[in-house]
Amino acid sequence: MSNFMAQWVYSPVVKDHFMNPRNTWSEEEHFEADGVGEVGSLACGDQMQVLIKVENDRVADLRWLTYGCASAIASTSMMSELAIGMTLEEAYFLSPERITEALGGLPEHKFHCSVLGDKALRAAIDDYLKKNGKPNPWQSQVAKVICECKQVTDIQVEELVKSKEATTLEELEKLTGYGTVCGKCKPQMALLFDQLQHLYHV
Amino acid sequence: MEQTIIYLDNNATTPLHEDVIAAMNRANELYGNASSMHAMGREAMEAIEESRQAVRDLIDAPEGSIVFTSGASEANNTVFNLFRERIDLGSKRNRIVTTTIEHPSIIEMVAHLRELGYTIDLCPVDHTGRVVMEEMEKLMGDDVALVSVMLGNNEIGTIQPVKEIALLAHHHGAYVHTDATQAIGKIPVSMEELGVDYLSLSAHKFYGPKGIGVLAIRKGVPFAPFFHGGHQEGGKRAGTYNNTAIVGMGVAARIAREELEEESARLWKLREMLREGIEASIPNVVVNGSRDYCLPGTLDVSFPRAEGESILLYLDLEGIMVSTGSACASGSLEPSYVLLASGVDIELAHGSIRFSFGRYNTEDEVHYVLEKLPPIIKRLREMSIR
Repeated sequence: MSNFMAQWVYSPVVKDHFMNPRNTWSEEEHFEADGVGEVGSLACGDQMQVLIKVENDRVADLRWLTYGCASAIASTSMMSELAIGMTLEEAYFLSPERITEALGGLPEHKFHCSVLGDKALRAAIDDYLKKNGKPNPWQSQVAKVICECKQVTDIQVEELVKSKEATTLEELEKLTGYGTVCGKCKPQMALLFDQLQHLYHV
Repeated sequence: MEQTIIYLDNNATTPLHEDVIAAMNRANELYGNASSMHAMGREAMEAIEESRQAVRDLIDAPEGSIVFTSGASEANNTVFNLFRERIDLGSKRNRIVTTTIEHPSIIEMVAHLRELGYTIDLCPVDHTGRVVMEEMEKLMGDDVALVSVMLGNNEIGTIQPVKEIALLAHHHGAYVHTDATQAIGKIPVSMEELGVDYLSLSAHKFYGPKGIGVLAIRKGVPFAPFFHGGHQEGGKRAGTYNNTAIVGMGVAARIAREELEEESARLWKLREMLREGIEASIPNVVVNGSRDYCLPGTLDVSFPRAEGESILLYLDLEGIMVSTGSACASGSLEPSYVLLASGVDIELAHGSIRFSFGRYNTEDEVHYVLEKLPPIIKRLREMSIR
């Protein structure tokens, strides 16, 4: 039993960030946010909120809240450390791969569902730019997640519709699994599907 | 420094009883093949028959009904497979009825058989996880070959009205199977009283070894072996006897029978102590399952706004071992199908924790959990979306 705790389920860095998460938003703290982003849902088991302060086009400070598993907590914590000090552009393109690498790796199935911090950060930057009437040159360059449970993006759907691999919503569901967990994305996906069908095949 | 270990995952598996370890150490000397005619073989067979009797006594099973298997998963698969064979051979009883909250060894078998085109109906359960008898009645008919309902649920502990279901199914001419794995050693289990035709159990849930179990088969009911090969078990299950494991199961069965009443009361007391403590010290908790029909050592609780895997791992860091219905700990993206089938909200399923007690747990351990758990939930909720 001497090695009992030696092999934990995640890497030592994940464990550290899970046990001591950085930059969480405590209830007592008054944090004047310039932008707020929220992604995920309680039904898919992961939901997070990111609040940023912006100074000179940089992420001057950041707070976050997460409902989620250990890797969701650790990856959001790691995201916060990486993002603070970045220019808005750098922060906008902070990738889940970069966060995962900094964590010393995550199991494959965790990478897809629990690394949402980068998306919440992007949403916060979108919010900041919109509130301040500034142009958002990056939004169109990034895939937007439609189904958060199964991480299905608009670009992925577009390709499937364009190639006629998915000619009905049922086929799209079979191929991507969208809407099979919490179901929240179904109306939005139906709308997107109709638009794309119209665009490519009508 | 000694690491605190509080094992509250006894529905997953139990440690070996010290008497079981001692008996298995002795049985390791019984290397004879129990099917051999010589003295070494006969000696091994004698020990095996003694265990068979102990298991038979434990579940009050008819004579000649006990067949050793590698565990309950094999026993469950054997039953479904034999009815599948009868359907293949053209039986006009070609439908199987089971429930939405069975063990994966049945749920996955059902999914597989359905894919192959077999008709299998799943009886729904109510919000406590108990079979809705009116629905079960509606599913009956003269085309039903088999009705399979677990006795006690592994996750929420709900005990099913198996006796009533068996009466109903028999009335319609169907055969009845129960997976009694979780109930053994916790509540009285009598195959005669339940009136079932087949019963599965596994030794490692009652302080016996892993990899050994039983399928009890009433005389005169349909049977076909799942494993073909030697003539062990009267041709019902091929494979050389695992002497050591069978002896271990026999000793575990004897202890489980002797100590049932006392153990059952003790487990319920610990369970209730923890439930009351949690309800008193943590706001906004939901106890899942049935209050009136619950396995004594099982407590399944949902903590809204705190996610199950995180709770499990924070408890793990304190040396407390539990399990969760959260999707994040399952390897799939879906949370516990047992909770969802019981109508538990998907968010509550993600935040569910199962505490399952066993013979080695103490009241001091409950106090320790009650000291460590509330700050963990508080911390996770503070970190959670407001």
